[in-house]
Amino acid sequence: MSKMENNNCATCPAHNLANLTKLGVDMTNFDYVVALAGNPNTGKSTVFNNMTGLRQHTGNWPGKTVGRAEGGFIYADKRFKIVDLPGTYSLLSTSTDEEIARDFILFGQPDVTVIVVDATRLERNLNLVLQVLEITERAVVCLNLMDEAKRHKIQIDYRTLSKSLGVPVVPTSARQGDGIKELLNSIYQVSIGEYKCKPHRISNEIKNVSNAVEKLNRIISEKFPQLPNTRWIALRLLEGDQKIIDAVRSGEIGSLSRSDEMVVK
Amino acid sequence: MMNVINRSKNELIISEASKLRWEIGENLHDSIIESIYMDAEKISGKVVSFIGEKPKFDFDRIVDKIVTSKWTGFPIMFLILAFVFWLTIVGSNYPSRLLASFFVDTIHPILKDYANIIGLPLFIGGVLIDGAYISMAWVVSVMLPPMAIFFPMFTLLEDFGYLPRVAFNMDNLYRRVGAHGKQALTMSMGFGCNAAGVIATRIIDSPRERLIAIITNNFSLCNGRWPTQILIATIFIGSLVPPVFGGLISAAAVVAIALLGIFLSLVVSWGLSKTVLKGEASAFSLELPPYRPPRILQTLYTSLIDRTIFVLGRAVVFAIPAGMVIWLVSNINVNEISLAEHFIKWFDLYALIIGLNGVIVLAYVIAIPANEIVIPTILMLTILTLGISDVGAGSGILFELDNAADVASILHAGGWTTLTGINLMLFSLLHNPCSTTIFTIYKETGSIKWTLISTILPILMGLTVCFFLTQIWRISSGI
Repeated sequence: MSKMENNNCATCPAHNLANLTKLGVDMTNFDYVVALAGNPNTGKSTVFNNMTGLRQHTGNWPGKTVGRAEGGFIYADKRFKIVDLPGTYSLLSTSTDEEIARDFILFGQPDVTVIVVDATRLERNLNLVLQVLEITERAVVCLNLMDEAKRHKIQIDYRTLSKSLGVPVVPTSARQGDGIKELLNSIYQVSIGEYKCKPHRISNEIKNVSNAVEKLNRIISEKFPQLPNTRWIALRLLEGDQKIIDAVRSGEIGSLSRSDEMVVK
Repeated sequence: MMNVINRSKNELIISEASKLRWEIGENLHDSIIESIYMDAEKISGKVVSFIGEKPKFDFDRIVDKIVTSKWTGFPIMFLILAFVFWLTIVGSNYPSRLLASFFVDTIHPILKDYANIIGLPLFIGGVLIDGAYISMAWVVSVMLPPMAIFFPMFTLLEDFGYLPRVAFNMDNLYRRVGAHGKQALTMSMGFGCNAAGVIATRIIDSPRERLIAIITNNFSLCNGRWPTQILIATIFIGSLVPPVFGGLISAAAVVAIALLGIFLSLVVSWGLSKTVLKGEASAFSLELPPYRPPRILQTLYTSLIDRTIFVLGRAVVFAIPAGMVIWLVSNINVNEISLAEHFIKWFDLYALIIGLNGVIVLAYVIAIPANEIVIPTILMLTILTLGISDVGAGSGILFELDNAADVASILHAGGWTTLTGINLMLFSLLHNPCSTTIFTIYKETGSIKWTLISTILPILMGLTVCFFLTQIWRISSGI
C-alpha cells in the first residue's frame, strides 16, 4: 500500500460518498451551511431527503414547501447543515414564501446556495438562477429531472451551462438518486474554496443605472465593508425595496453573520 | 453617540438612494427584469437542444385536455373522489370489526381479570381500563383502517400530479367570488389537514386574499373528520338501502358533504370579499407540473409514517385523557344519576331544536382538543349512558353493515334518527377548527380578531344549517 494510492482514493467522489453520513435533524457543530433554492416543483425536497436521510413530505405540486426545513449530513469529514427553502419563481416580489427564500440567502449567509433547476424548463428556471447569482458568490446548480428531460428528448450541454453561469452544474435525477454523489462533491468543493465561482452577472445595463449603482455601491461598501453583495443591495435600494431599506436603516444588514438568529422570519 | 453617527450614516445611504432613484426614472424594475429574461434566453438557447423530433404523442397534454376540460373536468374529479371513498368504506369495514373484537372483546376482559387479581381498586380500574383503555381501543379500531386506505390513495394522487389540476378546475370559481385562484390549492391542502392548509396560504401574495383563504380553509374536510363522515355515512345513510348498495350510497353521501364544504367556502369567500375584505382578485400563473409515475412503495411508506401514524398518534394522545373524563362523568353520580346524564339532559333541551342530541354536544365539548376522537366519544357516551353493562357489547355491532336492524335498535335506544346522522355529518363539517388549527391561524394572522372570526363563524353556520334542516325535515315528515 503506497501513500500515493491512498491519496487517489481520497480525491475520488465515490470514496467520499462512502463517507456520506446522513444526520437527519442532528445539526450540531456544523462547518458549512447549504441553502436549497429553486423554482416550485423542481424536486428540492427530494434532493433534501436524499442528502439528509429525512423524509420531508414530497408532492407533485408547486407550493408544497412554504416554510424552511433543516437537516444535516457529513461529507468528507465536514459537517453540513442544509436548509430547504420554499420554491419561488423570483426573488423580486413580495409574497411570504419568496421573502423566506430571499431573506435566508441574503441574511442567513449560506456557504453554498444550491439552486435546483427543472431540466425540462431550463429557460424559465434560469431567471431565478440569475437572480440568486446576483446575491451570492458561491452557488451550485443542480440540473434536476434529467430523467424527465430524456423522456422529452431534451439534451443539455451542462458543461457550457456551467461555463456561462460561472458555477458548477450537476445533472441529477433525484427521484432515482442519480447524480447526488457528484452534487455532494461540488457542494464540498465550493465550500472549502477548491472551486472558485465566478458568477454570471446580469449584462445589458443601462448607462445611467450602472453609474448610479456604482455610486451607491461605493457608499454602502464603505459603511459595511464585510458585505459580499453590496451591488445587489444598491440595486434593491434604487428600486425602493422597503424591506431592504428597513434593513439598512436599522443597520441589521451590516451585522450579517452565520448564526441562525439573523434569519429573518 | 456612536450609535447616532451610525444611524445618520445609514440614513445617508437611503437618502442618496432616493435621490438617485429620482434621476433614473421609474423603469428600473422593468429593465432589470428584461435583462434577466434576455440573459436566460441567451444562455438556454446556447445549451438546450432536442434529439431528433419531439415525440408526436404527448401523454401529459392529452390527459390534461381531459381532466381539465370544461365538460369532463368536474365529473372526473367527483368520480375520483367517490371512488376513493368507496374503496375506503368498503375496505375498512372488515378490519375495523376485527380490531374492535380483538381490543374490546379479547384484551379488555383480560385486563379486567388482571386488575382483579392484583386487587386494583374499582375506581382506578374503571378510569384506566374502562375509560382510558377503551377510548384508545376505539380510536384505533375506528380510525386506523379508513386512514390506512384513504391516505395512501390521496398521497398517490398527489404524487401523480393531480392536485394542481384540481386547482386549475377550481381557479375560475374562486376568482369569480373575488378570492385568489391559489386558494384552490390551499383548499386541496386542507383536505389533508387544516393547519397545513392555513400555513400553505403563504403562497398567496395579497393579505386580503390570504385572509379569505385562511378563514375558509376549515370548510375543507380534514384528516380528523374524514373517519367521522365515513362512519356516520356507513351507519345511517348506507343502512337505508340494501347492503349491496350500502358502500356506494355512503360514498356518495361523503362526496356530497365534501362538495357542500367546497360550495360553502366559495359562498363565504364571496361574502367576505363583498363586505369586510373588499377588493379585486389578483392575477397569477398556475404551473401544471408534468405527470410523474407515482412511486408506490415510497408513497405507502411516507403516507403511513407522515399521515396515518401521525394522526393516529395524536388521536390516541387526546383519547386517553378524554376516555378518563368520559368514564368519570358517566360514573360519578349526583342525585342518583350520573354527571353525564345531567349534562346530556340539559344539552338535550337545546340540541334537539337543531336536530342533534345531548350526547353529540357533550362529545364535541370533550373533543375540543382534537376532531379525531368525536366518534369514539359519541360511541362511548351512548353506550355508557344507556347502561349496557358490558362496555364492549355495542362496539362490534356498530360496524356491521348487514346488521342494519341491530344498529338501528341500539341507536334508537340512544334517541338517534337518520336526521341525527345527517345533522352530525353537517355539524362535523361546520364547526370550529381544532385547537392546532386555531393556534396556527393566530400565528399566521397575528390577530385575535381574525382568529375569533375563523373560529366562531363556522359554528354559527353549523347551528343555522342544522336548525333549518331540522325544521324542514320535521314539517315535511309531519311531526
